[in-house]
Amino acid sequence: MRSAKIAFASLVALFASFACLTLAPAQPGSPGPMPAPPASAAPAEDGQWTMPAKNHASTRYSGLAEITTENVKNLQVAFTFSTGVNRGQEAAPIVVGSTMYVLSPYPNILYALDLAKPGAPLKWQYNPKPEAAAQGVACCDVVNRGPTFSGGKIFYNTLDGNVVAVDAESGQEAWKTKVGNINIGETMTMAPLVAKDKVLVGNSGGEYGVRGWLKALDANSGKVVWTAYSTGPDKEVLIGASYKPFYDSDKGQDLGVKTWPPDAWQQGGGTVWGWISYDPDLNLVYYGTGNPGPWNSDQRPGDNKFTSGIFARDLDTGEARWFYQFSPHDLYDWDGVNEQILLDMEWNGQPRKVLVRPERNGYVYVIDRVTGEVLSANVFGPVNTSTGVDLKTGRLQYVEAKKPQMGRVVRDICPTASGAKDWNPSAYSPRTGWLYLPHANLCMDVEHSSANYIAGTPYVGAEVRFKPGPGGHRGVFQAWDVRQGKTVWSSTENFPVWSGTVVTAGDVVFYGTMEGWFKALHARTGELLWQFKTSSGIIGQPTTYRGPDGRQYVAILSGVGGWAGAVVAGDLDVRDGTAALGFVNVMRDLKDVTTKGGTLYVFRLP
Amino acid sequence: MSALARLLLLVLLAFAGCQREERSFRADPVATESIEKVALVPLSPGPSGPVTDTSGKGKEYENNAYHLAQGKTLYKWMNCNGCHANGGGGSGPALIDDLWIYGGSIENIVQTIREGRPNGMPSFRGKIPDDQIWQIAGFVRSMSGNVPKDAAPGRDDALHPRPAENRTPEFPPVSGGAPPPR
Ligand code: HEC
Repeated sequence: MRSAKIAFASLVALFASFACLTLAPAQPGSPGPMPAPPASAAPAEDGQWTMPAKNHASTRYSGLAEITTENVKNLQVAFTFSTGVNRGQEAAPIVVGSTMYVLSPYPNILYALDLAKPGAPLKWQYNPKPEAAAQGVACCDVVNRGPTFSGGKIFYNTLDGNVVAVDAESGQEAWKTKVGNINIGETMTMAPLVAKDKVLVGNSGGEYGVRGWLKALDANSGKVVWTAYSTGPDKEVLIGASYKPFYDSDKGQDLGVKTWPPDAWQQGGGTVWGWISYDPDLNLVYYGTGNPGPWNSDQRPGDNKFTSGIFARDLDTGEARWFYQFSPHDLYDWDGVNEQILLDMEWNGQPRKVLVRPERNGYVYVIDRVTGEVLSANVFGPVNTSTGVDLKTGRLQYVEAKKPQMGRVVRDICPTASGAKDWNPSAYSPRTGWLYLPHANLCMDVEHSSANYIAGTPYVGAEVRFKPGPGGHRGVFQAWDVRQGKTVWSSTENFPVWSGTVVTAGDVVFYGTMEGWFKALHARTGELLWQFKTSSGIIGQPTTYRGPDGRQYVAILSGVGGWAGAVVAGDLDVRDGTAALGFVNVMRDLKDVTTKGGTLYVFRLP
Repeated sequence: MSALARLLLLVLLAFAGCQREERSFRADPVATESIEKVALVPLSPGPSGPVTDTSGKGKEYENNAYHLAQGKTLYKWMNCNGCHANGGGGSGPALIDDLWIYGGSIENIVQTIREGRPNGMPSFRGKIPDDQIWQIAGFVRSMSGNVPKDAAPGRDDALHPRPAENRTPEFPPVSGGAPPPR
């Protein structure tokens, strides 16, 4: 009986993995076949979830289909686990074989849970003991976006600027490399990406005048192989003969110096705290650069290369292939660090290798990932700061009236500093051809002031106050048709949607709300199929996997915080609207609906 | 009221104003450091509580409009607002509420600024002259309404984030605050 069950389960799984490989037929009347990730970057479903983005193409799509739109309403809690830390839980729980790895926010404790035993008991825990002082220079709660697995090791970053490699079986530290310096305001919060033998990591600290970089570490030794800065002279940005950007404004010598006032690039930001994708066929890594510093844009006339944009780099050497700037001379703190989903799709009848990027400035970009050409940029949320993207020059067309000024409050700027969509990653289903976009609906008032650079302290120069966007709801979860470049369905939330999402071959899409609801929606209609109230607000990344028993599970960390939830996680005082860089003004009532937490929830069908 | 009495009252009032802005012109140089005996906790073995001995310098700064106004300017110049916002908090805790992890007296706050605190408060010793540390600490006290209303700064020119210091209700310090997350 039992073995029959397992056999059936593996059959389901096998079928699911085929579903992932075979392209679903295009819908009637839609242009071209369904876009799909390149097979080399999105291998067939194996039931695991070994990196936060699921695969190098960053689809966050699972081929598992035991949980369907029909039966999802029966989901039940299988087990829970406390991370022991009541701060914002942004990490993705990852699963390798029969072990789940859960990473806490600072102090960044890694837990290994044994999925083969009832209740998933703790196998071991590893505590890197990061410097406590790092908490002061973490702009937006002491979060971490997750660990990643490769070749028998778990890799992750600690808040105080160390990259650690831990043996996945024993929990022993394999190596630890210090790459960031908290005394100049550098922290690390991003999830590394491992490609071939390289661990790619970047820094945080765009609000502290940090100079952004991406580093490749050798996965075996932990030695830094190359460092690519986001600002400064070409030789430090790793711009050489193979650099061929598509647009003229990204061409020229030492733009990382010349597009700044003298020496301002040294505190110019462009930190690399978001998501990285990798195309094995092209051997290129793709990642975004953060906002320029300070926020006060009058202090840094020029395009401020290479901030608020996206780089394509050779994995082996780090050399830049192309760069595109989403928000040249950024006026609003629009980090360009969101996820990029690698897809192969037809564009005007021609097959193109593209990347899809939902960007903070309010546009979903489709970019040719070979050349850096922007194929389309369509608005996905309320935007009054720009009128569009000029596809000839690639430039965002800013609206003069919404430009922040020194000593004057400019009101109702949409989207906010946190963007139409912040870090929390979307998911792409090759079954629907739709991107599932968790995001916010917010506007803001801004007044710039002169920022004073004191190393290790904030370098911002702005008084900001967020407010709800048009309609009054603060969050949106929507399905976005990648080929047509438009919203298919959308569902509103009272609070900003600050969690990631996952979509499955069962056509179910999961995400969490800041009140603490973990929700399952019908991927094709947006209908709410199931929800469960967790102990605290959710800002984490759901993952799904096949357990050792052959059953499909869904995991999420609950525990409010992050920039949006700092009001609760940091006990901030709601009388000051400018608290948490202006986010508190729009989150006062979060304190009335949720409290701090740090609990893993794992669900499965009965 | 007779004209003379009115005049006398006016003169008296003017003098009161003088005291509000009284200051010594030769402040302590950077190198010297005021020493105050304060405790971080209300607990001490025995019934009498912790042994403390303060010089009165704190009162002098807290009651003085000039020092508080200077403190308000320095609070921004030294980027305190980057981590604590306009008192509501950010990466650092709120300073306008009544909860104090490391003590809410001006002497405690001077210590906090000078020494730093373990979970991310930088140490400003040697970076800010001693008298300016006192001015900033006085201003921090004013944010929770713990200085005389007539000495507290008025509202900002900038984007109005919260009630001005001189209109803030008093929140006497309570020990507590956010425990460090470990
Ligand atoms: C880099 C960020 C940062 C800067 C800059 C900073 N602080 Fe702090 N501050 C913190 C953090 C984080 C804490 C909490 C420390 C702890 O809990 O150990 C703190 C604690 C404090 C406290 C103690 C609060 C309590 O409840 O006891 C005071 C007072 C304070 N800061 C005032 C200031 C002043 C005044 C300045 C400017 C001179 C300043 N801070 C600059 C991050 C900062």
